[in-house]
Amino acid sequence: MDGFGSDFSAGGSGGKMDTSTIMEQVKVQIAVANAQELLQRMTDKCFKKCIGKPGSSLDNSEQKCIAMCMDRYMDAWNTVSRTYNSRLQRERARM
Amino acid sequence: MTIKLTLTLDKGATADPQLQQFIEIESQKQRFQQLVHQMTEVCWDKCMDKPGPKLDSRTEACFVNCVERFIDTSQFILNRLEQTQKSKGTFSETMLD
Repeated sequence: MDGFGSDFSAGGSGGKMDTSTIMEQVKVQIAVANAQELLQRMTDKCFKKCIGKPGSSLDNSEQKCIAMCMDRYMDAWNTVSRTYNSRLQRERARM
Repeated sequence: MTIKLTLTLDKGATADPQLQQFIEIESQKQRFQQLVHQMTEVCWDKCMDKPGPKLDSRTEACFVNCVERFIDTSQFILNRLEQTQKSKGTFSETMLD
């Protein structure tokens, strides 16, 4: 993915962009990048789980499977995030 | 996908400390998120059979173990590489054995 960060130089013409504007832009770009990352991996995983033989359309049972798969992927993501976070806390406490 | 945050500074300019701290914190958060994406994908392949109406406790336990063991593996590999490096000299030499 390119183009990321390309508009940092935009402030050149009229003096420098102020810090809070930059921070705001960075936050938005990070959020977008994370959403894209999730979307891409989720699509990949749920396609593999739910589409056995691609037919002429996405049939009803496939749609149901994809919807369920998306929910479970989010559950999995949250479980992984929680587990990793508590692991980090434990390791920090040991130091 | 990795996000690189680079700040180009004019010659002689000092970095805004507030901005520097912000970038540091956001980069750290991003490394966390990136690893969560990666581990979710790896553990999904290991733990998820057919997605059901809810995440059952057996599958959830599998995800928890998967994350813990993934981190253990990463630390084990790092430690072992460090040890081999110490006992056998430089890394490039051991790679040539």
